[in-house]
Amino acid sequence: MNLLGDAYAMLGRHLRSSVRMPVWVVVELIQPAIWLVLYGQLFRSVALIPGFTGGSYIQFLMPGIVVMDSLFGAAWAGMGILTDLDRGVLDRLLTTPASRTGIILARVLHSAVVVAVQTVVVVVIALMVGARLGGGVEGAVLLLVVAMLEAAGFAAASNGLTLLVRREETFIAVLNLFTLPLTFLSATLMSQSLMPGWMRAAARFNPVNWAAHAARLATSRPAALGPALPYLLPLAGFALVAGAFATWAFSVYRRAT
Amino acid sequence: MGAAPFFPPAPGPRGERHRRREIWTRRRSDRGYAARGEVMNAMGDADAVVLVEELRKRYPRGVIALDGISFAVAPGETFALLGPNGAGKSTAVRILATLTRADAGRARVAGHDVAREAGRVRAAIGYVAQATGTDKEATGRENLVLQGRLYHMPGPRIRERASQLIQWLDLGGAADRLTRGYSGGMRRRLDVAMGLVHEPRVLFLDEPTTGLDPESRSALWRDLQRLKARTGLTILLTTHYLEEADEAADRVAIVDHGRIVAMGTPAELKAQIRGDAVVLDLVPAQAPGARDLVAALPGVRDVTLEGRTLRCRVAEGARMLPQLITALDRAGLSVLSAAVRRPSLDDVYLHHTGHAFLSGAPEAVGP
Ligand SMILES: Nc1ncnc2c1ncn2[C@@H]1O[C@H](COP(=O)(O)OP(=O)(O)OP(=O)(O)O)[C@@H](O)[C@H]1O
Ligand SMILES: [Mg+2]
Repeated sequence: MNLLGDAYAMLGRHLRSSVRMPVWVVVELIQPAIWLVLYGQLFRSVALIPGFTGGSYIQFLMPGIVVMDSLFGAAWAGMGILTDLDRGVLDRLLTTPASRTGIILARVLHSAVVVAVQTVVVVVIALMVGARLGGGVEGAVLLLVVAMLEAAGFAAASNGLTLLVRREETFIAVLNLFTLPLTFLSATLMSQSLMPGWMRAAARFNPVNWAAHAARLATSRPAALGPALPYLLPLAGFALVAGAFATWAFSVYRRAT
Repeated sequence: MGAAPFFPPAPGPRGERHRRREIWTRRRSDRGYAARGEVMNAMGDADAVVLVEELRKRYPRGVIALDGISFAVAPGETFALLGPNGAGKSTAVRILATLTRADAGRARVAGHDVAREAGRVRAAIGYVAQATGTDKEATGRENLVLQGRLYHMPGPRIRERASQLIQWLDLGGAADRLTRGYSGGMRRRLDVAMGLVHEPRVLFLDEPTTGLDPESRSALWRDLQRLKARTGLTILLTTHYLEEADEAADRVAIVDHGRIVAMGTPAELKAQIRGDAVVLDLVPAQAPGARDLVAALPGVRDVTLEGRTLRCRVAEGARMLPQLITALDRAGLSVLSAAVRRPSLDDVYLHHTGHAFLSGAPEAVGP
């Protein structure tokens, strides 16, 4: 079983090239902060709407930005494997005995690690502007787990999609088709109680929505694990299915090229 | 490979800037006896390190890349697939390296079926693709080390091997710089080194020397020959360079339109061509007339005209040339220059494919 060893070796490669891009690092760290500030100001009055059940908006927004950031960060993960594909690196990896699942797992873990760092940034800034971690340390850990699981699922889906379409333009088009609707069909930026009925119904099948609920439970009250499980388990299931999809996509790639 | 270090490539003896590009005319000659792949090597198939039987591959948009090719490569042999762009060389190598699947036919590498035992095949082979496969955001050494780890080599061995190969690559200070700053030739040599990290039994080289200058090219082959002598490495290469196939390969298969049209040692292939080649440079307007005249002369075979260049084959070139020129002169047709050549792989190529190699500008390495 070389899956973990292979993934670890390749994760090292991805992390190393990430930290070698200082501009990328800075942007990745600043971007969640910008979202937090912009959305915080823009939607401040949402908390005043009758029927809004999230407490202060920054308190509501902190887990939302974590979830949104995780989605947007991970959804782009496929660009990395596309670059490898275009530069012949992927073919070289595929002729070694390295595990295919390991190749995907390394990319997925890379996304999850980046998202974990961004989550910490979001939480620290939110705490400075008045949010609180109702769930304490356990809640904070749970929030990290939620963000990383969500990132893992979407990163795997994104990698699988890339292997299927193999073209940057197509990949970006499909990405744009999905990311914003997935965000708005969830409790990420808006309290679920303010959504129209059909959106609420659709949101029940949306992994982003599962993540939003779990993240909110993790930050709002103590001992949050129990209530969060009904969201956490499907989220983990989504990550597994997406991982299997991405590994399967290799066989399609092998047939088509 | 033992402890003996690799040697840095020294300037080769053949310094002449002699590169070729091919210009292909789309004319199909009658196909040779090997066209349907029924002729296998005399060696027993059981000994073959690479055994290919009737491979066929058609790409989704209907392009037939391989139309039934068969060959066998013996242990320690260097075998070249020689052919024009689009002949199917890379497709064949990609199937053998488990990157893509054939639609029909069978292939075994190092005793394992490429379709059913891909994992075992991968462990036994090194693969150097036509386009470079180095990670530009990593250093040369990091590329080598990761490659070793993916072959599950022990850590100390990887470091030792990486240092050995870096010494061979003669990268000097560049070993610990990002490969995005490497020249095309440096990157190409790193590609080859990455294919050798785990000391494979079989090495696939898809146009290994495209983009290398003549000195680096001959230095690379000298080092590979030395490595072969020591380890019994088997090499399957593809190339556009006739000289490369002639000098480096023990046997050559000429591939055209997804089929093997001729196969054998360079000497065997040349022996199939009887007589010398005569090449005449003509005045363009008179060229077709000259062709008709020459073709009608007794003792002249295989007359082809490409632009203003007329080629034909005669039993004794030196004796025939003055007669040819005189005959043309009498008809009022001028010859601007003339040359006689002993049979070369070029002629074998021309004979079997109906296309000729012409000198031209060098090719760049792929992206
Ligand atoms: N991924 C692909 N999808 C569709 N057609 C392809 C693909 N790869 C190759 N082909 C086609 O298959 C044929 C054989 O291509 P291949 O790359 O094997 O030729 P080659 O002999 O290696 O040529 P070259 O000397 O230019 O490298 C060509 O007609 C090519 O256009
Ligand atoms: Mg090719």
